[in-house]
Amino acid sequence: MAIDAIEAKLRPPALPIVPYPAKMITLADGEIMVVREARREEVGVLLGTVYPLIGVPADYYDIVATRMYEELLGWYRYRTANEFVLVGAINGVIAGIVTSRSVSPKLGMSLHTLTIKRGLRIGAQLFAAKMEDHIEYQGADEVWIVAESPNGWRRWMIEYELEDRSSQYPEVRHELGGVPTFVLTRKLWNAVKASKCTGVRPVPPEVLAAANKLKMPDEYPQIPGFKR
Amino acid sequence: MSARVGIVGVGHTRFGNSSEYDLADVMAYAATDALIDAGILEQRRVVDQVVVANMASGLFCNQTSVASSLVSRMDMEPTPAELVENGPASGASAIKVAYMAIASGMADVALVAGGEVMRKVSGWRATDIVATMLHTEAEYNMGLTLPSFGGMFARLYMERYGCTERDLALIAVKDHANGALNKYAHVQVPCTIEAIADSETAHVVNNYVAEPLRIYSTCPVTDGAAALVLANMDSPKAKLFKKKPVRIAGVASATDTHCVHNRKDPLYLDAVRIAGEKAYAMAGVGPKDISFAELHDAFVILELAISEELGLFERGKSFLAVRDGATAISGRLPINPSGGLKSKGHPVGATGVSQVVELARQLRGEVEPGRQVKDPKYGIAVNFGGFGNNVVATICAKD
Repeated sequence: MAIDAIEAKLRPPALPIVPYPAKMITLADGEIMVVREARREEVGVLLGTVYPLIGVPADYYDIVATRMYEELLGWYRYRTANEFVLVGAINGVIAGIVTSRSVSPKLGMSLHTLTIKRGLRIGAQLFAAKMEDHIEYQGADEVWIVAESPNGWRRWMIEYELEDRSSQYPEVRHELGGVPTFVLTRKLWNAVKASKCTGVRPVPPEVLAAANKLKMPDEYPQIPGFKR
Repeated sequence: MSARVGIVGVGHTRFGNSSEYDLADVMAYAATDALIDAGILEQRRVVDQVVVANMASGLFCNQTSVASSLVSRMDMEPTPAELVENGPASGASAIKVAYMAIASGMADVALVAGGEVMRKVSGWRATDIVATMLHTEAEYNMGLTLPSFGGMFARLYMERYGCTERDLALIAVKDHANGALNKYAHVQVPCTIEAIADSETAHVVNNYVAEPLRIYSTCPVTDGAAALVLANMDSPKAKLFKKKPVRIAGVASATDTHCVHNRKDPLYLDAVRIAGEKAYAMAGVGPKDISFAELHDAFVILELAISEELGLFERGKSFLAVRDGATAISGRLPINPSGGLKSKGHPVGATGVSQVVELARQLRGEVEPGRQVKDPKYGIAVNFGGFGNNVVATICAKD
């Protein structure tokens, strides 16, 4: 059997992914963050951005970064089905990344949200964009979500008033290791999206051009004195 | 005649998230900083009295008797140490108690340390704990919180005087500009009026907390500590200190009804006005003598209301002064050059001490470039307990 034939057998079946149109958000400090789909050829700059955070135990960056690193590789090497990656970039510098995948046309499985630049609610904006992608663009009726950090718990479970399905374990179990599963339904999304999700479309060409050249951050607030 | 009391040492932690640390250690850090600043770390047993300010460590940290803990951490036994609790005004009340100890002759040197570690619990739990200072039956049990009071107060103020949400956002922009330059501030990030008020995405970036108050109208939940060394300026011990003292010219407090609904007019903060009048009288000055102010802007609307009660601006007009830039660092009356509670943060037990640390640093000319008030003579701080039911005003002077 030819190598490419073996590879074809190793790859998961794929659902069509509906493109997510880029949008821009004016952050509190006045900077413009573009949120857009990451492209497969950008995996190197994404991995390089995530890697330094693998050694940061504070706020569970270590587990989130480690798992996101794996998810990015799974996406790049076609080992995770129907995965998509969104990136938030300020003048092209990566400020945050989210990963997620569609299990079926009606079910989304939220993976991870990683914020690099802090204090501007970038994680909240990227998580909202991920939910927007699942429900508004991929057409999911619900998204399964877990939190691996107290910050995630506050941001998602409490602020979105997610539906607690943990009592239905193991029938309802998120793919991330049996952590209690919460669900954003279309109804819940419709109730919160006006206050949680924002962004201006279309993004002006000159702004999008800057965001199309992703750069790894030179500084990490999580790693004082970081030098690349 | 009572003794003249001066500030001879100041200390401060970087406000923010200290939830991994023990409260007494956080306070000891600030206290040590203050003793070093005073030049008496090695001779710290010259301190006759330790006064500790804390609001709710029993609820936030399952830790009580923090005055005893602090003295032990500092290796200062058998120095007497007491805890003062007056809600979010605990810090300024502790300063007042230390002032009285020195002025009465009971002590020559006092160490005041205020601290709170609030982030061991969730933001929602922290809000609930702070709300326990409200009237139990009439307010707390009805579900009222401090942000909800702030929201109602802001709505009433806006309707009566014509202040807008954009005016509130301008206060945040000013405070964050100052806080971004303050090495001790929790949120050292400037914000722009475009981003938090004018842009298409502002309603989400600056979302409502308690309408009309938004994220950028309210202080963050913050950990931290601040400390002062106070001394009798006429005592022989005054020679021990390496810096020229900043004199506490006036310190006074006042109370108001516990239930806000029992007030004749909920927009009138009588305790602020009375505490301010008493502090002015004690200092022998008036509002026109004040060079700058540190006001308790747990919600930015309070910066406006407090400044009016102090007579710094005409009632219902202070937001116009903000529009004109009068309260910016370069304005005619800078308010919250530290960034205020909005940007610097509000560890409830530490705030009153932190405000007076800022008065002292400004009057010494020691703050970071870009946020130094020009040639200040008198600074006033107002520390606001409850929803204005127990308030302390402190005036410091550069002699």
